[in-house]
Amino acid sequence: MARLLRSRLLWAAVILVALAALMPLWLSAYMLAILTGAYYFGVFAMSWDLLFGFAGEVNFGPTFLIGLGAYTAAMVDNAWGPPIPVCVAAGAVVAVVGGLLLAVPALKLRGPYFGLVTLVAVLLLQNAIVIFAGVTGGEIGMTVTDVLSIDADVNYWYALAFLVASAIILYGLSRSAIGLILQASGQDAVEAQALGFNVTKHKLAAFSISALFSGVAGAMLIFYMGTASVDTVIDISIGVQVIIAAVLGGRRTILGAALGAVLLIVATEFLRPLGQLNTFVVAAVALAVILFFPDGLLGHVLRAGERE
Amino acid sequence: MSNNPPYLEVRGLVKRFGGLVAVNDVGFDIRPGEILGLIGPNGSGKSTVMKLIMGIERPNAGSVKVKGVEMVGWPSHRIARAGVGLVFQHSRPLHRQTVLENIKLALLPDSLLRLAAESHVDGRAREIARSVGLGDVMQRHPSTLPFADLRRMEMAKAIARDPAVVLIDEPFAGLTAAEVGVFSELIRGFRAAGHAVLLVDHNVKSVAALVDRVFAMYLGQRVAEGTADEVMRNETVRRVYLGGSLTAVERRASAAKAKPPLLRVGDLSVLYGKAQALEKVSLEVREGEFVSVVGLNGAGKTTLFNAISGLVPYSGSIRFGEHDLRGMTAGAIARGGIAQCPETRELFGDMSVRENLDLGGQHLSAASRAKQLAWLFELFPILQSRQAQTARTLSGGEQQMLAIGRALMMQPKLLILDEPTLGLAPVILEQLSKALERLRQTTPITVLLGEQNVIFALPHADRVYLLEHARIVWEGDPPSFAAQMGEGYL
Repeated sequence: MARLLRSRLLWAAVILVALAALMPLWLSAYMLAILTGAYYFGVFAMSWDLLFGFAGEVNFGPTFLIGLGAYTAAMVDNAWGPPIPVCVAAGAVVAVVGGLLLAVPALKLRGPYFGLVTLVAVLLLQNAIVIFAGVTGGEIGMTVTDVLSIDADVNYWYALAFLVASAIILYGLSRSAIGLILQASGQDAVEAQALGFNVTKHKLAAFSISALFSGVAGAMLIFYMGTASVDTVIDISIGVQVIIAAVLGGRRTILGAALGAVLLIVATEFLRPLGQLNTFVVAAVALAVILFFPDGLLGHVLRAGERE
Repeated sequence: MSNNPPYLEVRGLVKRFGGLVAVNDVGFDIRPGEILGLIGPNGSGKSTVMKLIMGIERPNAGSVKVKGVEMVGWPSHRIARAGVGLVFQHSRPLHRQTVLENIKLALLPDSLLRLAAESHVDGRAREIARSVGLGDVMQRHPSTLPFADLRRMEMAKAIARDPAVVLIDEPFAGLTAAEVGVFSELIRGFRAAGHAVLLVDHNVKSVAALVDRVFAMYLGQRVAEGTADEVMRNETVRRVYLGGSLTAVERRASAAKAKPPLLRVGDLSVLYGKAQALEKVSLEVREGEFVSVVGLNGAGKTTLFNAISGLVPYSGSIRFGEHDLRGMTAGAIARGGIAQCPETRELFGDMSVRENLDLGGQHLSAASRAKQLAWLFELFPILQSRQAQTARTLSGGEQQMLAIGRALMMQPKLLILDEPTLGLAPVILEQLSKALERLRQTTPITVLLGEQNVIFALPHADRVYLLEHARIVWEGDPPSFAAQMGEGYL
């Protein structure tokens, strides 16, 4: 049964990716740009789900990791101008190191305090960027001289390829032996320890992986957009959107988080004619899904399969 | 068997929680192929001992050696890798995974690099599943399994870890008689395979047939050690469970018989997941009556009281005076005149004694609150002198009095006392007993008392119900309880 479901999921994913790859044939450059942004957002949401859905830790500050990656890449590019992959790698390294500096002490705390620490970290980063406006561009943001591509189609394919690669790695990880241990640690840390698993080690590893993908996605987003600003990669509201996307798509599913992110961003776009109302409508729908389908969209489908 | 060096050596274990000494100088050995029963009523510290061995809690002093290696202070996962396994009473299995995958989890190494399980893991997991009787349900999800199968899965995980020392928390809780037989066989299997086994349970009776030796605890200390028979006959153990001999029951003239019933419980059943906690329980409490529900830990007393207080879902009917309590919220039931004083006391630990009491009397007018408080201080003089003290720092007996006092501040029509003697020293019991006597003499209050300690429960009672394995098995007055049930109770 599980195998059948998995393969059904596989075929659905293959068809979905093939259709997505052909989108430039039909869609306008404007819609492609929306989707390109949405795909990076999908990686943010998947990284977040690895931490929340599997390790059981609520990270209220996904943008701390995203922002570290994005701003490091932008600053390295402005200062020395190395090739883009070097800037992205630098962003990834700083995101992981910064994430670990935060997580090592924070994971010692119990209950909601881990979440609060991550929340405060975002505010600190935001303030640091404003204070050191000389190197960071402050509230105005900073422009990068390099971009991934000037062709909308190529940018779109970069984002899609990155999303698919991240999805395969993160989903594979979640279904691996490590994913199993991580879930056990998240659901009942005492029992996981009594089974001989070093829960702190596994949670730190999950945090690092989450930081790595968040950092890389943040850095790539900068080189797609050409600018880094607090409003687009660090603000708390961006973090909240990442969280809503992951919960909307389905906790503990990884792939659901990516679907949720794309749905959320595309929905916001389609409702733009509503003006001020559009974010309100999207938030209301997200709230309804969380209240009535707490397992999220994909989670709901999977649960129905579980009962068979 | 007795010539082998012990797998587990525990010496001088001490654990303090603030001012409370939960475990005081406990020590024992378990040899390979031996089953030791660690017995004690709720609050005796037996579960803490188990947690100290597993490294879930750190002891303040003492030594825990497994196969001669000192492990005190090690993190839990290292102790587990060194050969200690714990079968939890309540577990949260992985719900998205199958039974087989849940068992496989226990077979995985603690590695960040091993992405796929080794090839022998699958075969080994299937073998274990079959050996505990899960062969037919390996591919199902835990949520679709009956309660006993979930316990089997926990056993399977312990077997998979192949620990030298197996700790089993309340092995038979929530199981039917037939299932108890199956689980006993599994535990004997551990013994036959040369493991050292520690069974932690409330009472001697349930594990007597299985254990080689029993270590009985009370108030954090050893009270007896020996074979199951010796421990059951031990005077101290009998006093701990029964509160002493059963002769000193005084008879009271009861005028309550003519009064209308205040609380009527009919065919009450409660399920916890798949475990039957109460089965078709019916009882009645008349106005002004003092009714005791006696039964060993785990019989269902707390569940009964929680159902009455609206804290757990149930089937059957509960009527209080003119009202049907079904569908009423716990808050509405409490305002309606039922105050429960829970087993766990649930005091606001960081608040002062006075603040706790004032919270109980929140709905009273200032004048009647002052009056009620004065009356309460007469009943429990100790609370008056402790008014400014933080509740957490009170002794166990004082905390219990405060919990009762807070419930009384609500001016309830019916006071439910759930195991007030829990973890209290005998001298405190006497004070508590006198306070209850005064309470009965000075107010028309109706009391429903749940107790394991029969001697504490009988003197005050007009009527007694005996609860055993989720059912009411006996009902009558205290003298006939002493005559008919005294011997078979333990």
